[in-house]
Amino acid sequence: MNKVSREPRPFLDFIGTVWAMRRAKIGVVITGLICVTAAVGPHLAPFTATEFVDMPNSLHISGALFGTDYMGQDVWSRFLMGGGSILFLGAVSTAIGVLGGAMLGVVAAYVKGSLNSIIMRTFDIVIAFPGILWALLLLSMMGTSNWLIILAIVISTVPRVGRIIYGAAVAVVEKDFVSAATAIGESRMRIVFREVLPNVTSTLLVETNLRFTYSIGGIASLAFLGFTSDPTGANWGTMVQENSSAIILQPWGTILPVFAIALLTIGTGLIGDAFSRVSAGIDRGRND
Amino acid sequence: MRILKFVLRRLAFGLGALIAISAAIFLVTQGLPADPAKTILGRDATPESLAALRSVLHLDRSLFSQYWEWLTNVARGNFGTSFTTQMPISSYLGERFSNSLFLMIVSSAISIPFALLLGGYMALRRDSLFDSAGSFTSLVFAAMPEFVMGTGLIVVFATTVFHWFPAVVYLEEDASAWSDPKGVILPIATLVMGCIPYVSRTMRASMIEVLESDYIEMARLKGVSERKVLLRHAFPNALGPVFQVSALNIAYVVGGAVIVERLFNFPGVGSALTEAIRSRDLPVIQFLSLLIGSVYVITNLVADVATVLVTPRLRTTLP
Amino acid sequence: MTSGLRIKNLRLNVEGSGEDIVDEINLTIEPGKVLALVGESGSGKTTVGLAVLGHARRGVVVVHGEIHCGEREILSLDDENKRKVRGDLVSYVPQDPASSLNPALRIGVQLVETLEAHDFGGSDSARRDRVREMMSEVLLPTDEDYLRRYPHQLSGGQQQRVGLAMAFACRPSVIVLDEPTTGLDVSTQEHVLATIRQLTREHGVAALYITHDLAVVADLADEVAVMYAGRVVERGLVKDIFMRPSHPYTRHLVDAAPDIAGKKKVIGLSGRAPAPGKRPSGCAFALRCEMVSDECLSTFPVEVVVNDSQKARCIKVGKVVRSIFTASDEASTRVQGSPILDLRGVDAGYAGVKVVHDVSLTIRKGECLALVGESGSGKTTVSRAIGGLHREWSGSMNFKGVELAKGSRQRSTENRLAIQYVFQNPYGSLNPRRTIGDSIIRPLAIGGQSKSEAKRAVFEVLDQVNLPAAYATKFPDQLSGGERQRVAIARALVSKPEVLVCDEVTSALDVLVQAAIIDLLDDLRKNLGLAMLFVTHNLPLVRSIADEVAVMSEGRIVEFGSAESVIGDPQQEYTRSLISATPSIERSMR
Repeated sequence: MNKVSREPRPFLDFIGTVWAMRRAKIGVVITGLICVTAAVGPHLAPFTATEFVDMPNSLHISGALFGTDYMGQDVWSRFLMGGGSILFLGAVSTAIGVLGGAMLGVVAAYVKGSLNSIIMRTFDIVIAFPGILWALLLLSMMGTSNWLIILAIVISTVPRVGRIIYGAAVAVVEKDFVSAATAIGESRMRIVFREVLPNVTSTLLVETNLRFTYSIGGIASLAFLGFTSDPTGANWGTMVQENSSAIILQPWGTILPVFAIALLTIGTGLIGDAFSRVSAGIDRGRND
Repeated sequence: MRILKFVLRRLAFGLGALIAISAAIFLVTQGLPADPAKTILGRDATPESLAALRSVLHLDRSLFSQYWEWLTNVARGNFGTSFTTQMPISSYLGERFSNSLFLMIVSSAISIPFALLLGGYMALRRDSLFDSAGSFTSLVFAAMPEFVMGTGLIVVFATTVFHWFPAVVYLEEDASAWSDPKGVILPIATLVMGCIPYVSRTMRASMIEVLESDYIEMARLKGVSERKVLLRHAFPNALGPVFQVSALNIAYVVGGAVIVERLFNFPGVGSALTEAIRSRDLPVIQFLSLLIGSVYVITNLVADVATVLVTPRLRTTLP
Repeated sequence: MTSGLRIKNLRLNVEGSGEDIVDEINLTIEPGKVLALVGESGSGKTTVGLAVLGHARRGVVVVHGEIHCGEREILSLDDENKRKVRGDLVSYVPQDPASSLNPALRIGVQLVETLEAHDFGGSDSARRDRVREMMSEVLLPTDEDYLRRYPHQLSGGQQQRVGLAMAFACRPSVIVLDEPTTGLDVSTQEHVLATIRQLTREHGVAALYITHDLAVVADLADEVAVMYAGRVVERGLVKDIFMRPSHPYTRHLVDAAPDIAGKKKVIGLSGRAPAPGKRPSGCAFALRCEMVSDECLSTFPVEVVVNDSQKARCIKVGKVVRSIFTASDEASTRVQGSPILDLRGVDAGYAGVKVVHDVSLTIRKGECLALVGESGSGKTTVSRAIGGLHREWSGSMNFKGVELAKGSRQRSTENRLAIQYVFQNPYGSLNPRRTIGDSIIRPLAIGGQSKSEAKRAVFEVLDQVNLPAAYATKFPDQLSGGERQRVAIARALVSKPEVLVCDEVTSALDVLVQAAIIDLLDDLRKNLGLAMLFVTHNLPLVRSIADEVAVMSEGRIVEFGSAESVIGDPQQEYTRSLISATPSIERSMR
């Protein structure tokens, strides 16, 4: 129970407990596999993404194990190259979105008054309309550069993370140690950063992971709909859309990318689930 | 009586949210650099025709007055005319809306009761094989984006493994969705598989919390039969949080099912909006956005009111 | 004996391990009698109580034992028969009435439910009559409108009475009450105890009353069993246990219990009871016992018979001496300290609603003023206003000649540090993500002190609260409740305050720990010349720490004076009724 002998490091203990769960290990392995494929893939691809190899939508081609796609390009090569941008955009948009949402959520919880209302009402309004539609509006009006795609995902992420962190932060703000900090004259900023924020980290970890899963899904979905910064380049999302009409002739063009996206989101989902179970256990145990 | 005041207040807030959303949509579509007139007439349009079109469409007025005009029209029931088809919007979008409504009703009717029972049972048999397997499956389905799930279903049931269903929905112009029952099965299945994980997970967590509570222990210690403990004490108290999640899922189908509609070629509101966005048909964009926003607002309102009605503590302490 | 309650050789383990939670439990209760099961938190008393109903919480298993309620043995019953017995033959009154009632069902429905589950009365109308009968027995209204209420529409005392009604509904032979008056006001507690006494005697019910409050035990119980670390270490008649305790732990408990009529000084005991799994093979109390010898550490003592009814598990039975502190163990020739904080005509409220009216107090240097009252009296609001945590007040607060600003942020640094506040809940007043040292050092760091000087101050203050310097690098969840409260006090002391506001600082602590903290506060007050405001609802505690007392009710000060005169010779009706409703060991022994 209470390890009186050594000095505990709460964060590392948390990670250790998470790692001990089987689903976390499976999730890490799966996610790692896909990430490695996406990162290393481009260097292993036998052909380039746009190189014409043989007749479109044909199988049984020597040198191309999974056949050609709708433009005669090598499915296997495009598959190996198709994950990088999704992962990169997913990571960046998650990082920005979670950071922004967490800051706003914590500030709203601590400050109360009109700032709180403004922040929370804005969240409600953004969430009241499907995220994908905000993204479609933005991207079709303003273009599909990488930064705009990131912005579209961030718009979806910030209010949702903000709401969750707000809920967690409100519980912390009620606690006596925050009042104690106010009583000794701590500045508001310090209280937000040193008292409140560190006590919502377990929620934050869970949300980060969840949002990463959704960001990847969202970016792939947008690519599927044709909203990507490089329309001809290799991208798992666009591949699904491009090759789905020929699925009866050439299933691999669709199956490989679908499989990859599924595995990636499942992997991150498993890790996130492990996080949430451990943090729920910790939070429950702390209620003495 | 207090409930009525509560409903009215939430309604007022919902209306406010709708206005804010429509204003935001207006801003995004017309306040941005892209010129709708140019998009409609194409790049080769002459400056004179562009100017003429702009004045016809009132695009030369200030943003605020355009918005105000639109808002007052909507309040009067005049939803505008589509740029592309030149027809009044309300007439030809009715079919799309009823199709989406059909999807919404059928998929919700299937998924929500099933998810409630599933989640409740998983909580009862907590940590059993059923629970672990169920949680894992639920996780898998929740994490995957819809187009992945939909494509997977197509691959398995339509094209590659089995050939039971068509891969897309073949509907003629103005035909309604239920005239092709076989075709709508896969889209509905995709939506159902996307909805069940969330609702069942929320129900499971809520049920577990209830089952751990003091009053459940007390009911058992009074000698109440296990069946009564579950049906009368546990289940009703676990439903509270479920309303919100259900509302979100229900509302999603109407507008957020853009991906599913595209994948299966389903003629619903989501794909209508996508098309309108592509062709810069501003009145249609604005109208459909309002419609989708209204669906969200109404379902959230119903969920909030239901939550209050079902929780006596909230019901009796309404301000 | 074929009635009453008999527990034989009961043992429960932690599921999945061989560790015992409770063991060798042997108790007998005759019909109509009340046996108090006393112990601190973690002693296993709730586990025993639930076992009497054949129930064990998650992670707990019955290893062996027999429990006879009347003629039936409970532990060997199958699930369906256990269900039949619960509420009918043996029933349970839980600790927290608010959370034990289904918030979504009307109380009438929940009352009838017990009767329906056991088919009491045979018909719906007979059951309705019985419900009305039950409600009048516990002095609650019997009309339809009241029965249609939801639990949250009842007060805490009313909820507890509903719980009692449900427990007595099917006329059980045995009843287990688990700390049923915790959290209730003293006046409500008096009524509830009277109801329990009356119902058990009238219906010949054997009652097992679980509690940590010795004064209640003295008032209500016929016999006592004391539990420590999962074993019953002493049992016997109430008078014997209190006047001639045989086990050292019992003696410490009696010495630590505050008493409104008897002695003044409370004596604490440091250390903690070993948790399940960490219990030694010898006597579990040995390491804290002043009479410990090698023999004690090797084998667990068996029960020694002291007299007809008294048994204790100690090899040194007969050598325990009860320390009796009567009044005036302290010289009453005290020079009254000079006033340091003066309140005049203070009103305070929440969101425009006034809850404190026209309060005037004087706190003197080197003295402790106790602010007592029941819940809702406004005492916490006043103390928070003084501490700068509550800003909605008006009136005058004069500190050393200067008017205090309303919030702590608005006060000068000097004033902010001079008045320090210690919170009630030791589990919420320390940031779980910071080490103890970090939490304590903050006021100094803000004040701009050099790091080395601040560090020295931290060690100095840890020493003052009797905590080892090594604790500075620990995290709060490694400490016990009492230790955390000491840290909270240390944090308040580090800025060298002149006024210390203690808001119910011992309410969440066990009685031995509470006594140690009271001791500490008293010493600090004397050594550092602190002016102390001690807020509490625990009237008996006041005698052990306060020089002066102010009694509050409904936002006003009802009576004020020296501790001796207010408690010993109260002038106001409210004070008098409060004191007479407070159970006292001394009074019950006469």
